[in-house]
Amino acid sequence: MNRDQLMLLRRLQELQFTAIELNLYLDTHPDEKEPLMEYNRVSQQFNNLKRTYEDRYGPLMVFGHSPSQYPWQWINGPWPWEIEY
Amino acid sequence: MWIYEKKLEFPVRVTKPDVQMAKYLITQYGGPDGELSASLRYLNQRYSMPTNKAKAILTDIGTEELAHMEIIATMVYKLVKDASPEEMKRAGLGGHYAQHDHALFWVDANGVPWSAKYIAALGDPIADLHEDMAAEEKARATYEHLIHLTDDPGVIEALRFLREREVVHFQRFGETLDHVHEYLNSKKYF
Repeated sequence: MNRDQLMLLRRLQELQFTAIELNLYLDTHPDEKEPLMEYNRVSQQFNNLKRTYEDRYGPLMVFGHSPSQYPWQWINGPWPWEIEY
Repeated sequence: MWIYEKKLEFPVRVTKPDVQMAKYLITQYGGPDGELSASLRYLNQRYSMPTNKAKAILTDIGTEELAHMEIIATMVYKLVKDASPEEMKRAGLGGHYAQHDHALFWVDANGVPWSAKYIAALGDPIADLHEDMAAEEKARATYEHLIHLTDDPGVIEALRFLREREVVHFQRFGETLDHVHEYLNSKKYF
């Protein structure tokens, strides 16, 4: 995995972590506006960056969530447990 | 339904192979307070939760625990991947090699296989949420023990992340418990 791909992946992990943390917080504080706005903002950033990543390096999700270029890119490695950070 | 995302929640760096540490770490894969137990416990209890908030938090924390299971699996995989049978034998994993070679398996640090006896579901939301809070504290304590057993900065970094998550989950379950108490009290008629 090259440096650019790794950096993009790290950034996606950071954004998603923020989304997960806000998600759990909102589950028990659904009426708070500020974390909700932050969740929406981070989700949008995450999805934009994810699209960039997937266009370059293939789908992160399948089952209908992301398209693939030809040939089917999903089977390409490295798989998450094989990546050297 | 569940969807697999082809990435880890947290990047796992391992500085050097360490079969001995893998033997200890595996308890968070298939041990009593490990991530398999955690995810199955929460994803199973959600069906008997009385409120939407409680159903949501159990679904989401249960799902995050599946991602933690993958982090532990990745650490174990990386720590043992190039180990010879001799090295596995020296680290007390000779029995593991005999039965599983380099495959991962659902066992604790002493090789005891995973059991559904590790998890509970009383169908009583107060009892179950208390169980969940205790489970988070037990996992936190286990991560602290594991941190004491290694000097690999990459492994420590990942274990600290997982430990922090247990603390956050404990907090969220506590809030859910208060909310379910309130809900149950509001339903009492005398």
